Amino acid sequence: MSPREVVGAALRNGIDLIGVCDHNSAENVLAVKKAGIRNGLAVLGGMEVTSSEEAHILAFFDDDDDLLDFQKFIYDNLEGENDGHTFGLQVIADDEDGVTGFCDRLLIGATSLTAESIVAKARASKGESLVIAAHVDREAFSIIGQLGFIPDSLVFDAVEVSANANIAEVKKKIPDCVRYPVITSSDAHSPGDIGKRFTSFVLEEGTVAEIKKALNGKEGRKAEC
Amino acid sequence: MKLGDLVKEFGLTVKTGAGHLDNEVTGGYVSDLLSDVLAHAEDGNLWVTLHIHHNIVAVAAHTGLAGIVLIQGRVPDQDTITTAEEQGIPIMVSDLPAFELVGRLYKAGIRGAEAL
Repeated sequence: MSPREVVGAALRNGIDLIGVCDHNSAENVLAVKKAGIRNGLAVLGGMEVTSSEEAHILAFFDDDDDLLDFQKFIYDNLEGENDGHTFGLQVIADDEDGVTGFCDRLLIGATSLTAESIVAKARASKGESLVIAAHVDREAFSIIGQLGFIPDSLVFDAVEVSANANIAEVKKKIPDCVRYPVITSSDAHSPGDIGKRFTSFVLEEGTVAEIKKALNGKEGRKAEC
Repeated sequence: MKLGDLVKEFGLTVKTGAGHLDNEVTGGYVSDLLSDVLAHAEDGNLWVTLHIHHNIVAVAAHTGLAGIVLIQGRVPDQDTITTAEEQGIPIMVSDLPAFELVGRLYKAGIRGAEAL
């Protein structure tokens, strides 16, 4: 999943906009954004955070400073060192796929942050934030799987249904899904997965601010999956 | 106590790692938060959980667990089985719910840590 590989796979699959969200880290986002700009692919910078309840939450920001500030918050509340042998090496790359370093943190682990504090921190950003409950249909690591419901105090912009799931069936099975706009995506962990599932948007440009309008059907923007 | 002894005594169904039932069980750990198991389970522990997804194998491998017991007759995912066989991690299944199973394991002499 090097920056050039990710951008190339997206373009080959006819994708115009991708979101990059590594687990508990955003250290590769800027490189993918740079590779994207060079090749005509819009890239949203974000992260998939593991809450203390082991629910996965996606957070995206338009402002790179917001993203880096958010990353610092996550890192300050994430303990443990990576075990390269069991979990793989966590490469940090530049936009030309050069290896610039490795992340030693236990990114596969859970932060000590509740879902509420993660959402609150994302919302406290200077620019626009997009916060999505990840793969809510999954048994493990989803806010529904871990808590049984979405607490009223958590205001997401959308819920994500995973790539293999039937959206209509998920909506029937999980009433909480009807309260939120629904998106779906590939959740690609390897280049072959990129583009296998996507959400279509009508937007002025590929930004968080535009996606939020689309999720709410505002000003002619649309989201469909 | 060896894993094989527990399999016999509790009628556990062995799903993977049949060649590793000689593993010595140093104690028990029950949790359904993977981060908790990573942080607190000990080498040689038997892990009791409901999770059937493939991430349990990485947790067991990293922590050096003797094996995993799934509760309530839960069936591991196919990729869990494949990964567990590759890594030599025994996964067994009990029809019992966690509380009852752990109580019986305790009676049989399996202990947990006194305090963390």
